[in-house]
Amino acid sequence: MSNGEINLRDLQHPDIPVPEEMQSNIAVTSLSSLYNWARSRSIWPLLFGLACCAIEMIATAASRFDLARFGMEVMRASPRQADLMIVSGTVTKKMVVPIVRLYNQMPEPKYVLAMGACASGGGPFKEGYNVVSGIDKYIPVDVYVPGCPPTPQALLYGLIALQKKIEKQSLGVGASVPWYGSGPSEEVPVPILGPDIIDPRHAEVLRKEAKKNRPTPTVAEALAELTKAESA
Amino acid sequence: MTDQVLPQVTDLPSTIAALKERFPNAVKDDTRSGYEGVIVDTACLQEFARVIRDEYGFNYLSSLTAVDYLGHGDHLEVVYHAFRVPSGGKPLVFKAQTDRQDAVIPSLVSIYPGADFQEREAYDLYGIHFTGHPNLKRILLWEGFEGHPMRKDYREAYYEQETKPFDSRWPGGHVFRGEEYNPFGHNVRYPAGFTLDDYKPVTEAEFQQGMALGVDIMGDPAFRTDRLLVNLGPHHPSTHGVFRMMVALTGETVESLEPVMGYLHRNHEKIGERNTWYGNMPFTDRLDYICSMCNNLAYAITVEQMMGGQVSVPYRAEVIRVLMAELTRITNHLWSIGFLLNDLGAFFTPALYAIQTREYILDFFEATAGARMMCNYMRIGGVYKDLTARIRSEAALINDRVRDMDTMEYLDKLINDRLPRSIDELDELLSESEIIKSRCIGVGLLPAEMAIAYSASGPLLRGSGVPYDIRRANPYSIYPELEFDVCTRPNGDIYDRYCVRLDEMRQSVRILKQILPRLKDTQGQPIFGGKTSYSIKVPAGEAYGFAENPKGELGFYLVSTGGGNPWRYHVRAPSFINLTPLGEMCKGQKVADVVAILGSIDIVLGETDR
Amino acid sequence: MYGSGILKGLGVTFRHLITTFIDDIQWLGRKRDVDVFQQKQSLANRGLVTVEYPDEKLAVPERFRFTPFLVTYNLDDPDYPGKDWCTSCGICAKVCPPQCIWIVRGTDPKTGRPKPEPEQFYIDIDICMNCGYCAEYCPFDAIKMDHNYELASYDRTSAHIHDKARLSREIRYWQSIAPTTAAEEEAARGGYDHTDVQKARKKAGLEPSRPDPRLAKPAEPEPVPTPVAVTEAPVAVPQVAAPKAEAAPAPKAEPAASAAADSETPPHPGWVKRGRRWIDPNAKVEPVRRKGKVE
Repeated sequence: MSNGEINLRDLQHPDIPVPEEMQSNIAVTSLSSLYNWARSRSIWPLLFGLACCAIEMIATAASRFDLARFGMEVMRASPRQADLMIVSGTVTKKMVVPIVRLYNQMPEPKYVLAMGACASGGGPFKEGYNVVSGIDKYIPVDVYVPGCPPTPQALLYGLIALQKKIEKQSLGVGASVPWYGSGPSEEVPVPILGPDIIDPRHAEVLRKEAKKNRPTPTVAEALAELTKAESA
Repeated sequence: MTDQVLPQVTDLPSTIAALKERFPNAVKDDTRSGYEGVIVDTACLQEFARVIRDEYGFNYLSSLTAVDYLGHGDHLEVVYHAFRVPSGGKPLVFKAQTDRQDAVIPSLVSIYPGADFQEREAYDLYGIHFTGHPNLKRILLWEGFEGHPMRKDYREAYYEQETKPFDSRWPGGHVFRGEEYNPFGHNVRYPAGFTLDDYKPVTEAEFQQGMALGVDIMGDPAFRTDRLLVNLGPHHPSTHGVFRMMVALTGETVESLEPVMGYLHRNHEKIGERNTWYGNMPFTDRLDYICSMCNNLAYAITVEQMMGGQVSVPYRAEVIRVLMAELTRITNHLWSIGFLLNDLGAFFTPALYAIQTREYILDFFEATAGARMMCNYMRIGGVYKDLTARIRSEAALINDRVRDMDTMEYLDKLINDRLPRSIDELDELLSESEIIKSRCIGVGLLPAEMAIAYSASGPLLRGSGVPYDIRRANPYSIYPELEFDVCTRPNGDIYDRYCVRLDEMRQSVRILKQILPRLKDTQGQPIFGGKTSYSIKVPAGEAYGFAENPKGELGFYLVSTGGGNPWRYHVRAPSFINLTPLGEMCKGQKVADVVAILGSIDIVLGETDR
Repeated sequence: MYGSGILKGLGVTFRHLITTFIDDIQWLGRKRDVDVFQQKQSLANRGLVTVEYPDEKLAVPERFRFTPFLVTYNLDDPDYPGKDWCTSCGICAKVCPPQCIWIVRGTDPKTGRPKPEPEQFYIDIDICMNCGYCAEYCPFDAIKMDHNYELASYDRTSAHIHDKARLSREIRYWQSIAPTTAAEEEAARGGYDHTDVQKARKKAGLEPSRPDPRLAKPAEPEPVPTPVAVTEAPVAVPQVAAPKAEAAPAPKAEPAASAAADSETPPHPGWVKRGRRWIDPNAKVEPVRRKGKVE
């Protein structure tokens, strides 16, 4: 894989024995694994950077770590041509709207890799008012790569993990992945930027919350609340 | 900046005295302990600003920010720092106070156009209405957001406590992820009468309508081909992150351009006010994430300024700080030039060469500070640890390949051989290329007067011929004893900014060559002169510390009430403020040049949006 | 001449193209050799050469910080097997900038009073910013920054909250990944043992600190160091480097510092000399793959 040669042993079907001396020339395999093998070695990521992790993603794509060895160097700026979205950095409430749209525009099969602590779970900025606690609240994530930021090698490890995941997927109808034989899967509802971010899927909870309706306090109220919080 | 006649410059105290005389009732000394400057009555704030700009030479409004003194006087305060450029010297600090409930302050945009974005930010985060501002809208958050989050009474959705450390972590700390239980948190406020079913978000058309672009897209139903509104970003390969530009075009020519930001607004300042003084250090890494060492340095010198005599930075620590800062400057400029060429269409070859050289510096950072990018290396009163004797690694994982190099030899070779060679190579590759010249020369002009008026800083300012470099104008660390030139170019176009970056890298190498013998001489000396305790307290007061970052003036405005956490933590971000003149620079250019102009400003979104 | 600038630039890229081939010829047949690696990744080379992860990994320097881990005594320690070094003083939780550490202080079941060891210890690595403050400010050298960055997982709800069992590592592990720092810390503590153990031993009239067991028994072969996460991580390590069919060559390629190779003292106790290199006889090292040549 990494030194440019095709290793047929990667493809061998476990149940069908091939004589030892022929293993480097012949492989008996299933259509699924042949297809997945080809797919997993030509993942085109979306050219899409959010924050600090994007810099490490670029460093990974550059000559020292070289994503091209994995067939992933073709970074596409258009979601229509991309297979993989590397969510590289802090996802803010303002940015999650375009991200969900981009995800919806990607053709299936599509994958999402959450790179770094922020994309996985909010990271050090999690407590902030404008930060989403992990992109998996909105779109399904296939691989999480921890680290703040993950080093290029950590990202490569995550990408290899994604390849492994793809290799295990089956083409069969009704299999673990939603997109084979069942038509296009449903779009993720795009969040709305209201007084706070509104996820249409959580409308019921929100209706309840909005009823509480706490208006902006006066100075005296704010001070009282502050001192109450400090003394508590 | 040779032809501008500076007024009779007097020192700061006598300037303040003269100003008080001139505005007898309106200008008062700020008498709070630890504070400096004057408090100006809002009624004559604009007049005051005009006087200090025209008569006293404070022509550069560097930083504008607001502070919420809830519980300490219950007022909002806007703090201005004005400098004399290019002569340098300490800033004139002036403040204007207003009521919390009905916060109104006259806008200074007509006097200092550089106040534009900063006032919008103060409006967005504090709810201060700047009367006379031409385009007072939210800048970091979206229209329709409820509340002004930097106010002290604003609570985040998963608010725990006013300040860190949180009590829930120890001794009875059971791990808890609040968002898994309640997708909305407890503190989200909704405007009175809000119902989800009636709610209509601000549509894109309405949003663009209010963009002060002068293009009426709703009013004219006829299809018009001569005017076009083009959206670039937030997902666009040329915007260096999640930046967005709304461009109004006539044919190919830009009629007006408005930057839209906030897509990476991760509440740096609000978190900074909850953090401990030390806790902010690793967060500063994530401001301009290409130059974490320089951010660390700027924050450290600001807190050291507040601590006064309690900390003293040893000489070796200063030497190491300058070493790191200058290496970072080279990293940043390499990155910036590489990606400027990407924007021009030379997809990736120059960037690959630049990144390759950057990796050598990152290797050194990784061995010394522990991380490639997020170094968290400076401490208040010194640095984290001395340089290692050897840059070496231990095999821990399967297939690990180890390296072992002598640190001083490595630095020696890096500074004397590799970096100059790489810089020369970039020079040879790019500087004379006819394509680059024809794309860059005369494009994106920013005249010197405009650069100063718009508070531009760093290579953007020096590329316009203004010899203003904080390392010379307001020296910090050991820069006074080092020899280097302030690089300027006269024309203020993309090519000149590129040349300034190239020259600055050469000057950085020159500084590094002077640092090497100092490193050898100070071997074994202490590197930390601060407090070893894990939580420090900073005396009450305010401080504005600033340093020449690779992208411009990075300033920290900190206010302490004497506790373990900052009361106000403001970042004067060069990437943010350097964007103020972007609209002006792009006017009349072709749309393809917009990308190059943005690349030549060299922004990093982590710092722009914070 | 118009166009000379472009030609000059093209000359630079052409030079880069040529030098890569020169490099390739120079290392013909030894491309994956361990000795060549150091040169390829240093300033001695004309440029940086691609690190062919995962077949060869750039080992991280000693001070490298990734996620934190907790130090315990070695499991085969004669006196305190597996004892936590953490005293649950809570400094790491207080100093942590994003507050990602949760500690439940231990209580004595008999008296109900707090005792100096943690009952629970959690780190949410989805919040951790790898700043290293916890390790820096820990007064007992009980929390350290790990070097293992291969933590990618398919599910974060369970895998990304590291509990005490997941965090704990033997002191031996820390000594193996950061020998210089570990030695410095040991000197600062005044001996191999934990400072509290030293106090207790002194009180009991014993020698405050025992010698480092690694130094005490150099003749015995060392137990295999705790396997580093590759097997523990939910994702299996890609087995590209060593195909099963190839006869496993002798573990010749040992990632030992080449500078230490010529000296007569082993870089680590228990290592043996093979040719010019010191190797750890028990270390699990994947053989270097050489094209068409089986040793």
